[in-house]
Amino acid sequence: MAKELIRLKVNGEVHEAAVPPSKLLLDVLREDLGLTGSKRGCDDSSCGCCAVLVDGVPMLSCVAIASCYQEEEIVTVEGIAPPGELDPVQEGFAVAGGAQCGYCTPGFLIATKALLDRRPRPTLEEIRDALSSNLCRCTGYMQIYESVKLAIERASSRAAAAQAPVER
Amino acid sequence: MAPHSIIGQPLPMTDAPAKITGLGKYADDLLVPGMLYGKILHSPHAHARIRAIDTSKAEALPGVKAVATGGDAPHPYGILPIGHDERVFALDKARYIGDNLAAVAAVSLELAEQALDLIEVDYELLPAWFDPLESMQATRDWIHESKPNNIEKEYHHVFGDVEKGFAEATFVREERYFAGEVTHAAMEPHSTLAVWEPDGRLTVYSSTQVPYYLHRTISEVCEMPMSQIRVIKPLVGGGFGGKSEVIPLEVAAPVLAKKAYRPVKITYTREEVFYAHRGRPITIVDLKVGLTREGKISAVAARVVQDGGAYCGYGPVTVLYSGALLGAIYDIPNVRFDGYRVLTNKPACGAMRGHGTVNVRFAFEVMLDALAHDAGLDPAEVRRRNLLKAPCLTANGLRVTSYGLPECIEKVVERSGWAAKKGRLPFGRGVGLACSHYVSGAANPIIRSNMPHTTVHIKIDRDAAVTLYTGASEIGQGSDTIQVQIVAEVLGVRPERIKLVAADTELTPVDLGSYSSRVTFMAGNACLEAAKNMRAQILEGVARKFGCDPQLLEARDDMVFTLDDSRLRLRFEEAVGAALDFRGALVAQGTYAPPEEARGGKFKGAGVGPSPSYSYSAQVAEVSVDTETGQIQVHRIIAAHDCGKALNPLTVEGQIEGSVYMGLGQALQEEMLWNKGRLMNPTLLEYRIPSTLETPEIESIIVESMDPEGPFGAKEAGEGSLAATIPAVANAIYDAVGVRIHSLPITPEKVLAALHDKQLRGGGAVKREKGGAR
Repeated sequence: MAKELIRLKVNGEVHEAAVPPSKLLLDVLREDLGLTGSKRGCDDSSCGCCAVLVDGVPMLSCVAIASCYQEEEIVTVEGIAPPGELDPVQEGFAVAGGAQCGYCTPGFLIATKALLDRRPRPTLEEIRDALSSNLCRCTGYMQIYESVKLAIERASSRAAAAQAPVER
Repeated sequence: MAPHSIIGQPLPMTDAPAKITGLGKYADDLLVPGMLYGKILHSPHAHARIRAIDTSKAEALPGVKAVATGGDAPHPYGILPIGHDERVFALDKARYIGDNLAAVAAVSLELAEQALDLIEVDYELLPAWFDPLESMQATRDWIHESKPNNIEKEYHHVFGDVEKGFAEATFVREERYFAGEVTHAAMEPHSTLAVWEPDGRLTVYSSTQVPYYLHRTISEVCEMPMSQIRVIKPLVGGGFGGKSEVIPLEVAAPVLAKKAYRPVKITYTREEVFYAHRGRPITIVDLKVGLTREGKISAVAARVVQDGGAYCGYGPVTVLYSGALLGAIYDIPNVRFDGYRVLTNKPACGAMRGHGTVNVRFAFEVMLDALAHDAGLDPAEVRRRNLLKAPCLTANGLRVTSYGLPECIEKVVERSGWAAKKGRLPFGRGVGLACSHYVSGAANPIIRSNMPHTTVHIKIDRDAAVTLYTGASEIGQGSDTIQVQIVAEVLGVRPERIKLVAADTELTPVDLGSYSSRVTFMAGNACLEAAKNMRAQILEGVARKFGCDPQLLEARDDMVFTLDDSRLRLRFEEAVGAALDFRGALVAQGTYAPPEEARGGKFKGAGVGPSPSYSYSAQVAEVSVDTETGQIQVHRIIAAHDCGKALNPLTVEGQIEGSVYMGLGQALQEEMLWNKGRLMNPTLLEYRIPSTLETPEIESIIVESMDPEGPFGAKEAGEGSLAATIPAVANAIYDAVGVRIHSLPITPEKVLAALHDKQLRGGGAVKREKGGAR
């Protein structure tokens, strides 16, 4: 199939790629842009490992045609924090055991990031609900909830630190 | 000063940065220049003779660089020395839908798929066997000619005097239990990249729990010396046993790479993962247990039939575990075990978390619950009356060195409010208790030898970095972290100082792999020995240089100092520098082999079951059952696990909770549904592993029995908890509505049928009364 040139805004950068018109966003990210953080775990859009943010909304990149997303801002796990920094969500998952094998982690990070951007202090029920489109086979989800709670704490202490007057 | 500074700390996993940034590489993330994409042609028939395969059209397709069939790699292989019955591509027959017939390597995945469609196979269809009980009666059309009646293996064990034991029993029950087939469903689909090197060597990156067995198998099937092959395990996205033997793509990719002289990557689709399987078999357990008036188990007889699928795999080990681990949890003097591993025309089963023990433990713990009610005993009390007195040797020759089961039972009874709830909750709600156990590694290797099961090396040079070379395979369970913690503790350094090089056959010494929950115990002990050796070298160097007694030196918090006074206080770099003056770069080795007395009895099949140590679990489940719909809601699972010593409580709790979660999936919703050898639910959506919405609160409690031989007292944590969850839920359902379900998964349909049955037998409507005497 003839390739066409597409232009994607991913993690704040514009990328060009020549791809078949039907190529999936997940495959473009992984194969053409070298962003392998987003994973493929299933054939039927059920696992959530490939989730990315599209204009802030978590979406499954395995069922998105890449060429349809040339206007939107796409954020993958590689882009949820500036280079060399960690988002509180990443810290939470590292410290509280939310990542065991790590394969589902990018998707959970994306889903959690979207949740906390929308609702900075969700209840456990809201967390459970927001993460229900992502499957994890390792944790039994308990340490994922702990990770999200830790992320909330860290985000609020960062916010408090940012607001505190600078000591002279 | 606390006895340990790093052991016992809930440290984040050492590979967490790779995982939370998305920068860590799993096998399918790897791309190398010139890489081809491989696809495997699978059989659409469950049992068929292959008359001919014509690959000429596929080969002629531009972009196709290699096509391989059975003749390209005819050597048989298999994980067990007694079970070399698989070939990379079938030579004579396809034995299940999904069996591997040929493979293509092409410049794109699309071309490879297109090429598969051009391969023409001439099949002669054969009668196929799908039901294990029918298959084991087969007099013809056997799946393997060398296995009469489609029986892969059978074992018959008797310990003690079983008839006398039953004669002494006041309460005897005899029932059949059924467990459907379940699979690992690790989130990462299998993937293998085989790189043909210009010097004629092969480098293979694979999603494996057993890189060294893979190394050996590639050597056999590619007819290349092991010295010319390098296997590297990248990050692995979960295993649970599904990557603990060689999976067909792991040998297909090297065969294609060798034929194409190019790198070839094969990644399974999720559907292929389901058909590759190697999960927990359909199991039929005919169980008979006798209980004395005093509540002592006097005899057990178990006949276990496992539906193993079309190839041997781990089969004989699976069935042996189902018998051997009737022992080592309770004091049972008289045991009879008859185990059958049966072949059918379905994908091969294999090792899955709790290997071999789970379905029999379900049957046993449910029956023990029923017997407790028969005897008018509390289910917790009947277990207390049958405890082992460790250290001891069981009737079947298993050596128990530490035994935290009593404390596990007390902890869950207390935490769950058992006394106030058991038999006392309103109709429709109930609690159930069950126990389980598991090995801390198999005391005997798969391929018998006297070699240590693990060897590790530590190197320290001028930069004072500590490099640990270990063959142990991190698969998400945290084994890298545990090894780093052990070495850091002994050397008295910060964990960040340790660089771990793992699971690369060119660089790291042999470790048997991540299976049978062996790594903390075995690689952990090897790390302990190597680190002690290294510590002695450093302290001796310091003592020699500064003229002090090495016995008076302590290493801690990145410092080396004298205990008697504070005049000598060196940074770790300085201490290493002192030792380097005398020795050059420092190297230390540690090994672990299970002690002779832990290796079990001498009878046929005695090699499976023995372990240097056993973990113990007790759990209480609280459930509600809707008698109108049969729906079961699990409210909470309290799980206590004796892991000897929690080297890292964070990862131990993660393992307990993950085990309970997987047990819940099997208890209530997971089942591979077969129709004439075709899997009806080969997707995550339809196979239905539990999501957040179906997973209740799981509370883990760590019990520490301090094993005398485990590293810092540690033993297994990753598997043992799974088996208790299923019977705990089943027993809770009985407590809630008075019906016993003997078939897994416990679906609403089965609950409704049982309630209906009870109603017919009891006459009239479902009685609002709780089950059984108490």
